[in-house]
Amino acid sequence: MTEVVNGVNVEALLGAREVLKGAPEAAQFTWKATSTWNNGVHTTIKLQNYFGLGEEQSHKQESVFEADHPEVFAATDVGITPIEYLLVGLASCLSAGVASVAENRGIKLNSVQASLEGHHDIRGILGADSDVRNGFNDIKVTFHIDADASKEDIEALVAQSQKRSAVFDALTNPTEVTVEVA
Amino acid sequence: MTEFHAAVVIGAGHAGLAASHFLTEASVDHVVLERGEVANSWRRERWESLRLLTPNWQSRLPGLPYEGQDPDGYLTVPEVTALIERFAKVSQAPVRTNTAVTSVRRAGDGYHVTTSDGDINCQAVVIATGACNRPVVPGLAEGIPAGVQQVTPFSYRDPGQLPDGGVLVVGASATGVQLAAEIRRSGRPVKLAVGEHVRLPRTYRGRDVLWWMDASGVWDQRYDEVDDLTRARRLPSPQLAGTPGRATLDLNALAALGIELVGRWTTVRAGRALFSGGLRNVFSLADLKMNRLLAAFDEWATASGRDADVGPPERFEPTRVPASPRWQLDLGSGEITTVVWATGFRPDYEWLDVPVVDPKGNLRHEGGMVEDSPGLYALGLPVLRRRKSTFIYGIEDDAREVIDCLVRYLGKPPA
Repeated sequence: MTEVVNGVNVEALLGAREVLKGAPEAAQFTWKATSTWNNGVHTTIKLQNYFGLGEEQSHKQESVFEADHPEVFAATDVGITPIEYLLVGLASCLSAGVASVAENRGIKLNSVQASLEGHHDIRGILGADSDVRNGFNDIKVTFHIDADASKEDIEALVAQSQKRSAVFDALTNPTEVTVEVA
Repeated sequence: MTEFHAAVVIGAGHAGLAASHFLTEASVDHVVLERGEVANSWRRERWESLRLLTPNWQSRLPGLPYEGQDPDGYLTVPEVTALIERFAKVSQAPVRTNTAVTSVRRAGDGYHVTTSDGDINCQAVVIATGACNRPVVPGLAEGIPAGVQQVTPFSYRDPGQLPDGGVLVVGASATGVQLAAEIRRSGRPVKLAVGEHVRLPRTYRGRDVLWWMDASGVWDQRYDEVDDLTRARRLPSPQLAGTPGRATLDLNALAALGIELVGRWTTVRAGRALFSGGLRNVFSLADLKMNRLLAAFDEWATASGRDADVGPPERFEPTRVPASPRWQLDLGSGEITTVVWATGFRPDYEWLDVPVVDPKGNLRHEGGMVEDSPGLYALGLPVLRRRKSTFIYGIEDDAREVIDCLVRYLGKPPA
């Protein structure tokens, strides 16, 4: 019925929302990654399979990510630092949200760019000061959006995308994390 | 033989009495059953300083217009109680006080009502027991150390009852902002945990903001015209207080009182309360929504030729974000001695033995007609038929329409 302006299939998403309202068990997804340590502080992470809609699912292709640490950490720097992957996740999640909300509101996006800064006191991970936390102190995201909409409408897109963002939630609210040795 | 009435109304608050008013007007034989006294929850489940959010000129009920001297003021709780009592008298409602309903179940084409004072059979039942029967307290309350006292809006009376020391108020609805301000004024350090909220100025362009809601038609918007009805029915009450000075009580006003704003309380871990890091965004969402509403008021004023009757358009300062909002609090440190739960209320249908309550504890109904249960009706729930449904003056249109359906139902020959 509506013209797709940003390439997001909002009708499919809204359809899924209606179906899953009455089928909470099908809405339970498990995202999976496996990692292999290489050498030094360099690890390779692969992702392809996940579980959802009641069965095993698979991405069209496997994705491979290299995580390492920079030379200023005296490391080989063949990939980004693990904590930088949080910025990858946050930027992509919020951008997807902006596009989806814009689609739903009939707003044509011409360009969406975001700059992210995660402020990190590394004395925490080095154990140099036990009062300093290991993770980010804070994260700043700045969106630059060109769209056929008012400034207020664009601000509303960004606000709504945070409201419905998995990664924004995972970063701003605590999550139970269990790490075991098999 | 079991007592019989065409209709039984449960609850003698303003909603049940409005139902009775229209039933009497239609000459339908009925009784109004009340667990305590008329306006019971106003007598027993409200804190001392509370006043209605709605201005007095909106404190009108079917056949009972506001005739006082202070149309722009806000009723105190004793005044609300007196108003509802007067309504019961004027409408000569057949109220049975101290009669608690313990069960309602289907019986043939009608219903069997069990009360603390005998049984009644009837063809139709109107549930007017209210939306705020129990304060909601989140599960994380269990992780709070015993040394920290917890109160709900039902147990809270005034700041004097609280132990000395800091107070964490949880929730930034009308209840949360009012209690936070009052407790802060008593001299205690106060923190307010803020999730999604509804920001409104008390007055806009010289008029009460609820005048705008009424005049512009926002409050008359029907349940079947609202975009997202589930959301509209779950909306927290707006950050308003009915004070003689008509002061705005938004988060900027609370910060100016010295109240510390923190994010939504997400969990307790190792004796520490952890607050969401998403505080900025709940501020943005509320500011954007308020501005959208004010812009709609402006459009309406121009389109309807009312610009000359009101002041010039205003825009308010965005909610100020604290420099670095805290995201944790050691509950064992003594920094706070009390937690006040302003985390909403829920209805109680434990007595309702008809399968019409959804898994979240809400009645399944279509504009007050309970689904799949002919002859069962509801009144006085959020956005029952209109956005104004839960306000005193919002009951008249809802009650007239719901009782109209009930009367037509009674007139139908049994299927």
